[in-house]
Amino acid sequence: MTPLGALFYLFAALGLGAAVLTATRRNPVHAVCCAVAVFLSVGAMLAVLGAPLPGVLTVVVYAGAIMVLFLFVIMLLGLPAGDGALPPGRFLVPATLAAATLVALFALIGADPTAKTVLPAAMAGPAAVGTILFDKYWLAVEAVSILLFAALAAVMLLGRGKTGRKIAAAGGRAA
Amino acid sequence: MTVELLIGAGVMLVKMAVALAVALGLAAYMILLERKLLGRFQVRYGPNRVGYFGLLQPLADGLKMLLKEDIIPDGVDRRIFLVAPAVVAGMALLAFMLVPFGETLTILGHAVPQVIVRTNVGLLLVLALSSLAVYGLALGAWTSDNKYSLLGGIRGAAQMISYELALGLSLVPVVMRARSLDLSDIVAAQSGLPFAVTEPFAFILFIIAALAETKRIPFDLPEAENELQAGFHTEYSGMRFALFFVGEYVNMVLLGALIAVFFLGGWHGPVLPPIVWLGIKVLAVPVFLIWTRASLPRLRYDQLMALGWKVLVPLALVNVLVTGAILVAA
Amino acid sequence: MADEKQSLFGAVIEGAAGLAGSYAATLTHLFRKPVTEQYPEYKRPMPTRTRGRIILTRSPDGNERCVACYLCSGACPVNCISMQSEEGENGRRQAAWFRINFARCIYCGLCEEACPTLALQLTPEFAFCKDDIADFVYEKEQLLVDHGGKHPDYDFYAHAGIAAGTPKGSHIDEDEPVDVKSIMP
Repeated sequence: MTPLGALFYLFAALGLGAAVLTATRRNPVHAVCCAVAVFLSVGAMLAVLGAPLPGVLTVVVYAGAIMVLFLFVIMLLGLPAGDGALPPGRFLVPATLAAATLVALFALIGADPTAKTVLPAAMAGPAAVGTILFDKYWLAVEAVSILLFAALAAVMLLGRGKTGRKIAAAGGRAA
Repeated sequence: MTVELLIGAGVMLVKMAVALAVALGLAAYMILLERKLLGRFQVRYGPNRVGYFGLLQPLADGLKMLLKEDIIPDGVDRRIFLVAPAVVAGMALLAFMLVPFGETLTILGHAVPQVIVRTNVGLLLVLALSSLAVYGLALGAWTSDNKYSLLGGIRGAAQMISYELALGLSLVPVVMRARSLDLSDIVAAQSGLPFAVTEPFAFILFIIAALAETKRIPFDLPEAENELQAGFHTEYSGMRFALFFVGEYVNMVLLGALIAVFFLGGWHGPVLPPIVWLGIKVLAVPVFLIWTRASLPRLRYDQLMALGWKVLVPLALVNVLVTGAILVAA
Repeated sequence: MADEKQSLFGAVIEGAAGLAGSYAATLTHLFRKPVTEQYPEYKRPMPTRTRGRIILTRSPDGNERCVACYLCSGACPVNCISMQSEEGENGRRQAAWFRINFARCIYCGLCEEACPTLALQLTPEFAFCKDDIADFVYEKEQLLVDHGGKHPDYDFYAHAGIAAGTPKGSHIDEDEPVDVKSIMP
């Protein structure tokens, strides 16, 4: 096993362990911390695979922004925090669903003949990723961004409601 | 082969030790510089009792902090409480590995780049590390079981997310001009004019957003003394409290290094040797930050959010657009 | 002013001017001499009426002024002054012992105002520290000084009408004693 391969499996194991902890923690803040660990190890795995840009982006976007938002909401709500793991009965159904998805995923990968050949070491520099993203798939990128924008606008409209509009008319500020 | 590997590892260790020593030493004396300068801005002397001009003050402070009791309040989540300050300081120190200190040297036939890690996603990695630092703040605040801490942590989290965007967007024109995310390439692209001259708006936007990211006055809402006691680090004492401050001052030095690299042309400059130029540029930024702290009052929270989302982000986007147009036209 | 709708350009100019102004103000401060007094090296001369450590003064002839009248002790709001009066050889009243507990003293100066002979005075000396709190209990020997304090020329016995040491009629502004047995004017 090459050193890089060993690193890959190390990060994969770390990520898997953290993911299991994320799913089973009763304390939401502990779950968020574990989720951050998952994203960090995913980022590291991507970097080890020769794609530092997606790896860093994973860290920036998921660990650096989205999980901070999760933490922000948890802190704002001030939920009573439990301790330890969830009782096993509680995640029987989700675990079954996840296992079924995993099996289906493996079956699909196995069915594809190209999956059996080992990929050459990928070298995805930022320029290459950018070129592919905005040259080849620009339409998909734009479509996704418009979708996100529509969702954002809808949330703004729904979130304001009638009282919100009144407050805005009275000179209140929406932070 | 193994000899090469060993030499490489040795050089790497030396570089890490130098960077760590420089970062921590500068951070310690940054505290002294801030107290001295702030004193002079307020028409008083700063600390001048410990050693000549108070030069041993950081040492005395560190000793005092080490000897203080490390209080862990009842009802805190111990693991998170103990780790949170280390996250703040650690992320700030980690970012130093990306800062290039000069051109690649050749020592005994070996090429030794004066940077610990040279990667083609350096700029993004800096942003990633700075965005991870907020966990130390938010988690430390949440676990302190104190409403002032919690308010500080919530403010900190919201502020960091909001200004991260402006920070990233203000760097896009730099990347467009340098055509690289590699910090060494960005410096190399400024051998003529520094980007502060060619991209003045990006420069100003970056400074404002970076001020908010380092939680300095006028954006020190997470630790607003007059409203929240000490904000997120209210419950911390001893060396853990000091670690938050080490993080803050390392961040100040880091910010100086990053502004030097992104906008002031790194080690490029006439007459003086490159490392001196870099030192001058790195130190000029903290001095400006201290000057700002002496000059400006703290923003209100809604003003902070409005400034971030309604002014900085749109301006940064327009700046990206204009830079693109100029680059295409040229 | 605030009610008028400001143009965006005007607001930007005004804001930038405000920022520049505050930066300029602090910059000018940077080059001013600090107003701080470096305390242990430079001790600011205190006004003579500053209320600090208490002393017992002497009259110009070198005698103790204190007549142990207990007025200071009675005036003291924290009861930090205590003494025992006695009569000296020359008929003067004086304190056998005189004690001030400075650990309890609040330096209010009421004792000084109460003192009829200007013996007890407060001095500008304010910084006297001890390792042991018991050392703050000052005895008469520590309180007595060799000068007249704020009133060097005043001599209670030279003014007063009593005959203690000096004969009647020898005091300042005092008439000769009237010989009630004489009929001469």
